[in-house]
Amino acid sequence: MAILIIAEHDDRTLKSATLNAVTAAAQIGAELHLLVAGRDCRAAAGQAARIPGLAKVLLADDASLAQQLAEKVSPLVVELAKDYSHIVAPATTSGKNLLPRVAALLGVAQLSEVIGVESTDTFRRPIYAGNAIATVQSLDSVKVLTVRGSAFEPAPAEGGGTPIESIHFAGDAGDSARFVGEQVAVSERPELSSARIVVSGGRGLGSGESFALLERLADKLGAAVGASRAAVDAGFVPNDRQVGQTGKIVAPDLYIAVGISGAIQHLAGMKESKVIVAINKDEEAPIFQVADYGLVADLFEAIPELERKL
Amino acid sequence: MKILVTVKRVIDYNVKVRVKPDHSDVDLANVKMAMNPFCEIAVEEAVRLKEAGLATEILAVSVGPKACQEQIRTALALGADRGIHIETEDFPESLEVARLLAKVVEAERPELIITGKQSIDSDNNQTGQMLAALLDLPQGTFASALKLADGRVEVTREIDGGLQTLSLSLPAVVTTDLRLNEPRYASLPNIMKAKKKPLEVRTPAELGVQPRAHTRLLKVEAPAERKGGIKVASIDELVEKLKNEAKVI
Repeated sequence: MAILIIAEHDDRTLKSATLNAVTAAAQIGAELHLLVAGRDCRAAAGQAARIPGLAKVLLADDASLAQQLAEKVSPLVVELAKDYSHIVAPATTSGKNLLPRVAALLGVAQLSEVIGVESTDTFRRPIYAGNAIATVQSLDSVKVLTVRGSAFEPAPAEGGGTPIESIHFAGDAGDSARFVGEQVAVSERPELSSARIVVSGGRGLGSGESFALLERLADKLGAAVGASRAAVDAGFVPNDRQVGQTGKIVAPDLYIAVGISGAIQHLAGMKESKVIVAINKDEEAPIFQVADYGLVADLFEAIPELERKL
Repeated sequence: MKILVTVKRVIDYNVKVRVKPDHSDVDLANVKMAMNPFCEIAVEEAVRLKEAGLATEILAVSVGPKACQEQIRTALALGADRGIHIETEDFPESLEVARLLAKVVEAERPELIITGKQSIDSDNNQTGQMLAALLDLPQGTFASALKLADGRVEVTREIDGGLQTLSLSLPAVVTTDLRLNEPRYASLPNIMKAKKKPLEVRTPAELGVQPRAHTRLLKVEAPAERKGGIKVASIDELVEKLKNEAKVI
């Protein structure tokens, strides 16, 4: 039986989290089908068709699927599920919103935030905020899983020529759940969860204005800008910048933590980064215990100097 | 309006978990337990709606062993009116918890159900969505704001990259994110009063649900420890290391 991957997209563009999910699904090992469900989402399906290694892209384009509300998408996935051994989605807010609903309608469990594939029915996933790793075997006939993007390399986005198959789906037009609006931050910088370099600031920045220092450094490095929960709670930056157990989980090649003390909740979101740099004026800060390179310095002097010398 | 909130007994969030030497699970013997932080936020939101005159009754439900009654008493001390404890030997899996809760919802007919978005032990982030699915109710997950108006609830959700607002018909299931509110502490007089509030104990059999296992836990390990590196003395040294040693820039 094949594996159904749920694409992450906004109708116009395919989101990179899809590529990590493709890699995870490929490790399970079966024919891969990718579902693009939305309204006027042919463009996203076209991008999906260029991912190498897929057998089929399923395109469900229906007015009821606008904004991909879980109430509307889950009946579609359930209808498709009978032909699949696994249903895989990225562990993004949309995947986490949708997949438990799908699993419950199928009467099966859902495995969240899978970080390792051991076999077709056994997976590794973090529990207790990543302070323990569980190996779990699924006993259900259909395995429904969300996969953590940072644990799987992205599949190539180009090179494939997968056929797109339109599927007819006339969804429920009811308005028990109605989309009202969205505020999405627009940024020229790379997406936090897929950036190769992340520069993050903490309470040590002292104000939202000081984040301009980090942004200049980030732009020089082609990096995304993140923040600790303390910085978000203090109102320095919006919540979508938060890296940590309750925010985004990142694992870039280089993570630069500036003015971040290193609370457990923050470490849970970035300790899988390949190289960690910490800049903090408190030499006792716990962040230094996980940093490959630590610099005890006043960030207001160090960051402009770093920017100049790169 | 009646609100149902769910509360889960979990390890206190300040406690660092240890894996058992035989790797069978984490070691919870003699560890401080508490109400799951996201459930505290759910209780707080319900209490605020009641204080604002928008809710009339708050029902707190917990599934698990007998000790869960401590967390129901905490919810009662925070302002819930009565509790239901569904007593099970262990903590059932999310889908089974959702099936048990669905039976309570069918009997109690709350108009709003508020759950935490996830518990900090299993980190599943599933029960609210599953409950909504089983009851064919709309869901507002990861809520950072909630507003009742015209027989509907408007939920602002924390999504990747920003915020999304949905309007849901009632009854609806809402799951709480961190920024929905800051929970209060229970006062001593309220803790005393909570002891007299009604707490009903039910069994899965009485609810007509036989919890079953969907997964088998094969092994629990500690994550690979990250070793601390070195301190550099200057920005020049840092740039040199990043370029020539780590080769990341």
